[in-house]
Amino acid sequence: MPGQPVIEIENLYHTYMKGTPMEHTALKGTSMVVNEGECIAIIGHTGSGKSTLIQHFNGLIRPISGKVIIDGVDLSKKRIDIKALRRKVGLVFQNPEDQIFEKLIGDDIAYGPFKLGLPLKEVRERVKWAMDMVGLNFEEMKDRQTFALSGGQKRKVALAGILALQPKILVLDEPTAGLDPRSRNEVLDKIKFLNKMENLTVIFVSHNMEEVAYLADRVYVMANGSDVLSGTPEEIFTDKEKLQRYQIGTPETVQALYRLKDLGYNVDTAAFTISEAANEIIKVLANGEGENHG
Amino acid sequence: MEPIIALEDVSFTYKINEDSSVPVLKNVSFSIYPGEYVAIIGHNGSGKSTLSKHFNGLLTPSSGDVWVQGHNTKDESKKLDIRKTVGMVFQHPDNQIVATIVEEDVAFGLENIGVPRAEMKHRIDEALEVVKMSEFRKRPPHHLSGGQKQRVAIAGVLAMQPDCIVFDESTSMLDTFGRNEVLQAIRKMNKMGMTIITVTHRMSEAAEAGRIIVVEDGKIVMDGNPREIFKHKQVLMDLQLDVPAVSQMADIVHSQIPMFSKELIQEDELINEVNRVSKARSGEMV
Repeated sequence: MPGQPVIEIENLYHTYMKGTPMEHTALKGTSMVVNEGECIAIIGHTGSGKSTLIQHFNGLIRPISGKVIIDGVDLSKKRIDIKALRRKVGLVFQNPEDQIFEKLIGDDIAYGPFKLGLPLKEVRERVKWAMDMVGLNFEEMKDRQTFALSGGQKRKVALAGILALQPKILVLDEPTAGLDPRSRNEVLDKIKFLNKMENLTVIFVSHNMEEVAYLADRVYVMANGSDVLSGTPEEIFTDKEKLQRYQIGTPETVQALYRLKDLGYNVDTAAFTISEAANEIIKVLANGEGENHG
Repeated sequence: MEPIIALEDVSFTYKINEDSSVPVLKNVSFSIYPGEYVAIIGHNGSGKSTLSKHFNGLLTPSSGDVWVQGHNTKDESKKLDIRKTVGMVFQHPDNQIVATIVEEDVAFGLENIGVPRAEMKHRIDEALEVVKMSEFRKRPPHHLSGGQKQRVAIAGVLAMQPDCIVFDESTSMLDTFGRNEVLQAIRKMNKMGMTIITVTHRMSEAAEAGRIIVVEDGKIVMDGNPREIFKHKQVLMDLQLDVPAVSQMADIVHSQIPMFSKELIQEDELINEVNRVSKARSGEMV
């Protein structure tokens, strides 16, 4: 069960290059609450302010106007312990290449824990644990060169590097973009495990509605710099009017069910998984409910 | 018909240092013909990205040859012709955006090949329209989101009017609507006769192509039309791949209702099949 709020965003504004002709307001009064242990998806059309918002979570961007409270710490205060904040909130960016700079995989994942001044033995244990969490074999992979890795493996290394810091809150920007179907499922399962079994609070930005449906307890929809809608995946994906108004995509399964529904078939569009969606089709065909149509 | 791109016994090896090297492509041969829509699939690390970089000479084979409209990609003097023929759109738009204003970025390639001013404006307008980025033309690209940047990058390639465009996981950073817009543009360009090669992890996207090439361990392991390829679900699963969601749904429905075809790969087909079976069954009941 979700606990206390660990992230509270209130009426947050952010303007890039203020006072120049290129001034651009990316956040226009966003509010959001994330409770401990929750898994939250942030979705929204390109340019809706998602990336700007999540960079506030670990202090990469400081609030200009509005409130950002992370685990009780108000980030609008002038003096904050930014190191402690970064330790608490791990951010994994979209492009894993940007986060990998050591020659060997093990060294790269160990970099953060070393910087924390942990003893060698504990660093090693954390690296091993983190690699295990993302499905990289410690003995086999720790001395491999990072540059020769594929996109999916780099993603896993970048994720392990953040996990090795043992953050309380994990923030992921498009965690599976560019991964093949199996690597994708592996990374999703690991995130789910960390969230449910290790009680890590997870916030992820995604355009992939399959993974939103699979992972998220709640979803925030962003549009034009503010949060316009929130709810469980069921609530979001069954609200057709809002899906259209905010141009929110749905999983492929739901997309097909909506088309059937439009044709007069009595299907439940809250069926996300392949088997649920297939069962909806079986149900209407078996009951002969297709008679309604045509 | 002459192929637009032909690979003859292509091998490629990344050299790490004097003593060690990693073979990535191993004796690959196939041809792509004008107007084809080809999807290349394979797991991360299978060699498909390295393969796609051979299509316009970004990489040249360690052994074997790649021919683009009859020009060998190893021939330095033909490099510009080859790049004009085959355009590339990559996964990370940040790596391919150079200018500080969107329309200047789209213009960049055109300036390099000396397109006259008036013609340039026309091409930029058209390209930005196809990717639905016209309203952003005066914006600095670094403030755009990933999906918007990607559409700018695609416009930059489109404006060059190549005969063939290679999309290297170009939709993997796009949202559903952005992806659908790009896919629509791709379909449109293909209908107009442009050759499309797309490297993708999304099986429903591969199902849109006319032909799928499956890469594993630097070799071509399957090459055929999507319907044939997606019949081999277990083989694909073993290769860390999958079949489209539609095929999986059809398979389950078929197991309960045998007259429902299990060989479906596109959403339209699924809808049509539900209509067909529904009609047939309500007929039975009357």
